[in-house]
Amino acid sequence: MTADTSVVEVTLASNLNEVEVADEITRRVSTTAGFDEDDQQKIEMAVHESVINAIFHGNKNDETKRVFLRFQIHPDRLEIHIRDQGAGFDVSAVADPLASENLLKVSGRGIFLIRAFMDELRVDVRPGTGTEVTMVKKTHANMKPYQGGTDREHEGHNTTS
Amino acid sequence: MSMKATTRQVDSVTVIDVSGRITLGEGCVQLRQLIRDELAKGNKHLLVNLAEVTYIDSSGIGELVSAFTAVSNPGGQLKLLNLTKKVHDLLQITKLYTVFDVHDDEAKAVSSFTKAAQA
Repeated sequence: MTADTSVVEVTLASNLNEVEVADEITRRVSTTAGFDEDDQQKIEMAVHESVINAIFHGNKNDETKRVFLRFQIHPDRLEIHIRDQGAGFDVSAVADPLASENLLKVSGRGIFLIRAFMDELRVDVRPGTGTEVTMVKKTHANMKPYQGGTDREHEGHNTTS
Repeated sequence: MSMKATTRQVDSVTVIDVSGRITLGEGCVQLRQLIRDELAKGNKHLLVNLAEVTYIDSSGIGELVSAFTAVSNPGGQLKLLNLTKKVHDLLQITKLYTVFDVHDDEAKAVSSFTKAAQA
């Protein structure tokens, strides 16, 4: 990590109200990072879907378990890590929601939307400590690159309610 | 802003005006219940107006799919009206745009039910 990198960290409890907290913080971070409204909404939805997966599929709604959210604003990209305390899942086993047999299924579109909206997605299953999802949105030429040094630099939140 | 929905009758069509966020939890539950209530009342021509929807997540999309099948199975029709750009884009990338009958003119949408019923 370089001096140009800012970090925002949040710890969430495993309940639905915390998803809105994650949404709000993601909006603020992506704005700070310089993304336009269209990209902000894509980033917010990607984090929203990942946090829901972490709470429901990772932590199984167990409110004693936490979801750890970490944003790293680099000059060339926004990198977001979402870690739960669950048993993990095989991302390659997630069904294709665009397949005709899945098109009218009620669920199963979250990972697809994250892939569609972000430039990179990695899922690391760490037995004993949980699953960490890493997603990256690259800055593009027509936006002002983040230079660091805002009032949010190295900000740390700890929402454990 | 949480989801709000009101219904009104236009000819034989029940128009459901939805506003706010259709997301996992309250928003989805409300929409599901409202569709069930309309079906229970015998209203099978439902036009869901999404003009004031500010946000929809994958669960909200799933709820629209669920509503579509719940109305279609007993021989009814559910159509969508006035998609915002965000909802339009989401339905495009999830290939659901071709599943739903989507309109941007309420009068034409309402008359499309009548034509279908007469056909």
